[in-house]
Amino acid sequence: MPLTPVDDPEVKSSEREYVWTLNFGPQHPATHTTLRLVLTLDGERVLDAVPHIGYLHSGFEKLGETLDFNQYVTIVDRMNYISPLANEIAWHHAVEKLLNIELTPRCKYLRTILAELMRLHDHLLNVGTTALDLGGFTAFLYAFQQREKIYDIVETASGQRFHTSYTRVGGVLFDVNNAWVDKVRAFVRGVPKTHDEVHRLLTKNRIFIERTRGIGYLSHDDAINFSATGPVARASGIERDLRKDEPYLAYADLDFDVVCAKSGDCYGRYLVRMQEILESLKIIEQAIENIPAGPVNIDVVSDMVLPAKPAVYRSIEGLIQHFEVIMPNRGYDVPREQVYAATESPNGELGFYIVGNAETRAYRVRTRPPSYIHFGMFPHMIRGHQLGDVAAVLGSINIIAAELDR
Amino acid sequence: MVDALELAARIGSPLTESTFRDNRRMDVAATHILPLLTTLKNDFGFNMLIDLTAVDYLEYEGARDRFGVVYLLLNVDSGERLILRTAVNLPEATLPTATGLWRGADWMEREVFDMFGIRFAGHPDLRRILMPDEFTEFPLRKDYPVKGRGERHNFPVITRAGS
Amino acid sequence: MAVGLPENVFLTRLDAAANWARSNSLWPMPFATACCGIELMATAASRYDLARFGAEVMRFSPRQCDLLIVAGRVVMKMLPVLQRIWLQMPEPKWCISMGACACSGGVFDSYAVVQGVDRFIPVDMYVPGCPPRPEQLLAAIIDMQEKIRATGTVMGREFMARTSPMGPSPFDADELLRIKDASFVQLGGLSSPMGSVPRAGGSNHG
Repeated sequence: MPLTPVDDPEVKSSEREYVWTLNFGPQHPATHTTLRLVLTLDGERVLDAVPHIGYLHSGFEKLGETLDFNQYVTIVDRMNYISPLANEIAWHHAVEKLLNIELTPRCKYLRTILAELMRLHDHLLNVGTTALDLGGFTAFLYAFQQREKIYDIVETASGQRFHTSYTRVGGVLFDVNNAWVDKVRAFVRGVPKTHDEVHRLLTKNRIFIERTRGIGYLSHDDAINFSATGPVARASGIERDLRKDEPYLAYADLDFDVVCAKSGDCYGRYLVRMQEILESLKIIEQAIENIPAGPVNIDVVSDMVLPAKPAVYRSIEGLIQHFEVIMPNRGYDVPREQVYAATESPNGELGFYIVGNAETRAYRVRTRPPSYIHFGMFPHMIRGHQLGDVAAVLGSINIIAAELDR
Repeated sequence: MVDALELAARIGSPLTESTFRDNRRMDVAATHILPLLTTLKNDFGFNMLIDLTAVDYLEYEGARDRFGVVYLLLNVDSGERLILRTAVNLPEATLPTATGLWRGADWMEREVFDMFGIRFAGHPDLRRILMPDEFTEFPLRKDYPVKGRGERHNFPVITRAGS
Repeated sequence: MAVGLPENVFLTRLDAAANWARSNSLWPMPFATACCGIELMATAASRYDLARFGAEVMRFSPRQCDLLIVAGRVVMKMLPVLQRIWLQMPEPKWCISMGACACSGGVFDSYAVVQGVDRFIPVDMYVPGCPPRPEQLLAAIIDMQEKIRATGTVMGREFMARTSPMGPSPFDADELLRIKDASFVQLGGLSSPMGSVPRAGGSNHG
């Protein structure tokens, strides 16, 4: 007969004799990166968890006060490094709202495609590593096979495979060519097969289901109270997706569904991510076939974008323009105002609160990091579960330490 | 859309409303922030606290207060957003906690405390969260240098022969 | 020949035999903190397949490893953990500093980030890049193997000679000025976040 522990609220958990404490992290394979938990355990049952974070706090927001709007893109890149371009798009989305820039149609479609590629990037890794932490290595290898193709695609567009630093105020670094479009088309055709393989490996896998179903439950009301967004909130039945609710870029033109689940557990979050992979493919398919021609950057006359390199090298106007944009406190007008703008990043609502001070750099830049906010509810989700479920819950809320600590 | 005049009457304090792009903001005195948040949450359906952050206005031209604290609210059902701003000053720099309304406010307030030194009265566990416990400064204040004051390199050096 | 050797018997130096074995069975300890950790995963995953070089046995316990790969930026809260992990690894051990942040702080010249782990632990191999491509990491591991074969000794005598720190001094000149300005921050007054770092006793050879 199993011993049932006395759940007397009067007795502090630390005073119970049979309770023991386990340090989990900051260097532990299932934490993926650097976070630390102090778990209070009764046998294998988790009574409480106290997260300790900051093991990767690098002063992102302070650096944002010293770098200008185009330079800071290299820093936001390194925030959620599973989907770097999604951060760049979110950052420049906020900057462009501050500066009141309307992008060209081509740029909107291009950024939409890239944002959805990053969603695939993120979800594939998350599904793969969640399975890896629960003992299934194969799905991880399948997922990484497709991720390498996404690396190739962004490398073709930007020249860098990982931290692309590709977006700029009012546009992107370079336009893409037809070879790139063909690459994306080929990639989109290949993903369903991988998706199907992962699906067959995991979705009805009895071990995987038993390790995830009913684990890390988050109710609808708790999800709202804890400020959950993104796949975590949608798996708890909150029908909210900024791509639909506050359409930005080209999402208003495209047909896709918002994926929700009601179960609110790790399995529900896994299913939401798997289905979102298919929805993202749908978006990319439509966008890549309808990508408009025309310039990718806004008009150079606006004094906000860098002119094309041939113009800089061959004409005095181009050179002056380049100089005006690059030199601090010249070029464009930044209002002395504050703005918040958010995008639906793979992890949830990724927003930036920017305080402008008539300089081409921000006076203060605040990131609303979904990982940080999701990790705050981890103790609530893990209480009462087994020690082995810690890895399952951590995987399902997709904590990225660099975004967590910034 | 919540009406600013109605809100001001409810909490008994004037509100300054402003709009920039699609952001709707209200400025409120620090003494009335908690009643305002409570009213907005309970009566106007702003059930999600999207973010809570602060701005140090030390070097901002024309600013009267040292810190601005910003609350970003969202009504999940209607999708309406609202930004509340308030101001606090040193030496006390204290605000009432919002953890009683939103449990998600817990870590956000801890981060603001860690980075700016603004205290939240009534917070259940107001400790440093990102910086080490021994750290004495508040790094996002404008009078703290971006490269720090040597704390980052204050560790013993291990040589190869000695390890 | 004066001494007749049976078939399949080779004569070699003990050092060379040890180096051959050590270099071809490196067990990495992935100290993956940030972006470089993802590229480290990619190096071990399908396309790049680290297993081809005998170094795929990633072990997350430092006591089972002999190659520390510091992948990603190390911040002041993490550095004592890194030092403790380095001290916990058994001899012989080597360290690869992977990526710009681990080598020099990279783009993060801020109050929290250690400007290169070589200020505080000994590093054998630097891999530039932000993050380095998997090919670069593979090249570094191959170079590491060559270095072990070229310089290794069975008793680890080459480590004993490295008595002084190889990296830059912990504090830069401008940093010392800032410390001087802020008189309340006392050198050595701050204890490290994880408590004191244990110094290795005489139990480790080398």
